[in-house]
Amino acid sequence: MGIPVEQILIQTINGLVNGMILALVASGLTLIFGIMDVVNFAHGELVMLGAFTGATTLAVTGNFWLALVAATLIVAMFGAALQISTLRPLIGRDPLTTILATFGISLVLQKYALWQWGPSARKLQEPISAQFSLFYLKYPWYRITTALLSAAIIGALYLFLKYGKYGIWIRAAIQDRVMAQAMGIPVPLLHTAVFAIGAGMAAASGVLFGPLAGVTQTIGADFTLRAFIVVVVGGMGNLGGSILASIFISLLEAYASLIVSPAQAVIVSFVALILTLLFRPTGLFVPTPK
Amino acid sequence: MRHTDASYWIGFCVILALLAVAPLVLPEFWRRFVTEILIWGLLAMSSDILIGYTGMVSFGHSAFFGLGMYGAAAVLLAIKPANLWLAMLAGLAAAAVVAMFVAYFATRLRDIYFAITTLVFSQIFYVIIFTWTEVTGGENGLNFSRPALAIPGLFSVPFTTETLHWFVLAVVTVSYLVVRRVTQSPFGMVLQAIRENEPRARAIGYSVERYKMVAVMLSGLFAGLAGILYAIQNKFAAPDFVFFLISGEVVIFNVMGGMGTLVGPIAGAAFFLLLREGLSRYFTEYYLIPVGIIFTAMVIFMPQGLLGFARRRLNQ
Repeated sequence: MGIPVEQILIQTINGLVNGMILALVASGLTLIFGIMDVVNFAHGELVMLGAFTGATTLAVTGNFWLALVAATLIVAMFGAALQISTLRPLIGRDPLTTILATFGISLVLQKYALWQWGPSARKLQEPISAQFSLFYLKYPWYRITTALLSAAIIGALYLFLKYGKYGIWIRAAIQDRVMAQAMGIPVPLLHTAVFAIGAGMAAASGVLFGPLAGVTQTIGADFTLRAFIVVVVGGMGNLGGSILASIFISLLEAYASLIVSPAQAVIVSFVALILTLLFRPTGLFVPTPK
Repeated sequence: MRHTDASYWIGFCVILALLAVAPLVLPEFWRRFVTEILIWGLLAMSSDILIGYTGMVSFGHSAFFGLGMYGAAAVLLAIKPANLWLAMLAGLAAAAVVAMFVAYFATRLRDIYFAITTLVFSQIFYVIIFTWTEVTGGENGLNFSRPALAIPGLFSVPFTTETLHWFVLAVVTVSYLVVRRVTQSPFGMVLQAIRENEPRARAIGYSVERYKMVAVMLSGLFAGLAGILYAIQNKFAAPDFVFFLISGEVVIFNVMGGMGTLVGPIAGAAFFLLLREGLSRYFTEYYLIPVGIIFTAMVIFMPQGLLGFARRRLNQ
């Protein structure tokens, strides 16, 4: 049984689009881990929260782009509040306690979403309904836009970290927290800011993801797990690595779903994770440590 | 020293006696409830070997629990007449195989990486069980009838709520004593040394990886035992019990009760289940909102858990 070339090409594009959305989630997660050693178990829940906030805003205003911006800002502020109330008291404790605390938060958020928005799936109306023909398929332009927009947000983050004044502060705090503090950088404030940025990026990907599939309160756990896999495969705390890993893992899953059902295709990424941990525990896309 | 020893054993006997009498005095609903607490307590205690004594947070205990469940279910369905002991053996074997597999790969990693890897492993088993409908029944799980409590050639009685409770109590008590003995043995001391300072334990010359692997396997075995008991109590095996939320609940039991005390996690399980029972009257299915808030607050303000204050005494 051969697989037609068109299908492989279509899956390549699907994989790239999904990979860019995932990269948006994972880069926030890895940034948060890099600066404060916090493994945010509630990251997927922020994606979910963003998607629901976006859906509500869209229903009120009817403007998708406004919903995207509003959801990003609201969830970013929420993230800052979350960091101040639950993660700031844990600074200096065992990093494992942050897993526990964020796990507790994820439970609360998931059930809150169920209570607030109900169990039925919501689908956001896509802002661009145009399609172009790809072999025998009509491929929606919206998916392509999503990938480009995700890339733009990540690119902006990269430029901000590289050249922005506060970006340089963040990078300094990642390298050496104590020294950065000694130089007068307000590290606790930076932690809150980075958490807010990560939360905002998660929310943005939630809104972008909304039109592609139904939004339910359970998508959070799925995103958390996939983002974890990507972040570990790409090398924890490594921004470029996790972006490449997002694309790599999504492509693998897209190709695998040509052969098995999508539910089983997830196993391919699990196996990729295990192989990475066995042979290159520092991450696939980082230089070999000396 | 002798004094605390005596008071410990007196306390142990009193609680054991209370638990043994419980099914005779409690109404039907609470009888089942106490049995359930014991089963979840056993699962939480098994995870305490890793969290409390070795310093590894496992987010994959649902895999061991679930595989114990499905192992027992497979034998109960395949072999007629149903045999309790064969089912337990099969459940333990299934949990042991999975534990070996997880132990081999996951113990190469530390801290957060260990937690994520165990989580991913449990999800692998979840996906396999969920999608392999012909063998596992997929989403519906497996239903079977409860085997009789029997010793071949001696006696055979069907389980009632009381005898099931005593059977579970006996298994949990023996497991507790075994795990307690293990954590106080030289082996257990090495585990605690790894928790306190891994590089130093390695430098002294202990093969840290090997100790961790044995710890994971031991923990997985007892988690599997809990799964078998749960399968026998409820007469079904379902993929929901392999899903990682169960692992999360196990971690909650540990944090609420007090890590590194063995009894603490059992108390934590009791506390959680009581909380759920009480709160679900007001909050119905949203009981996890207040429970999650209480849990997060406990992580921040009460990291020792409910029984943390008694940690030294319980480990004497």
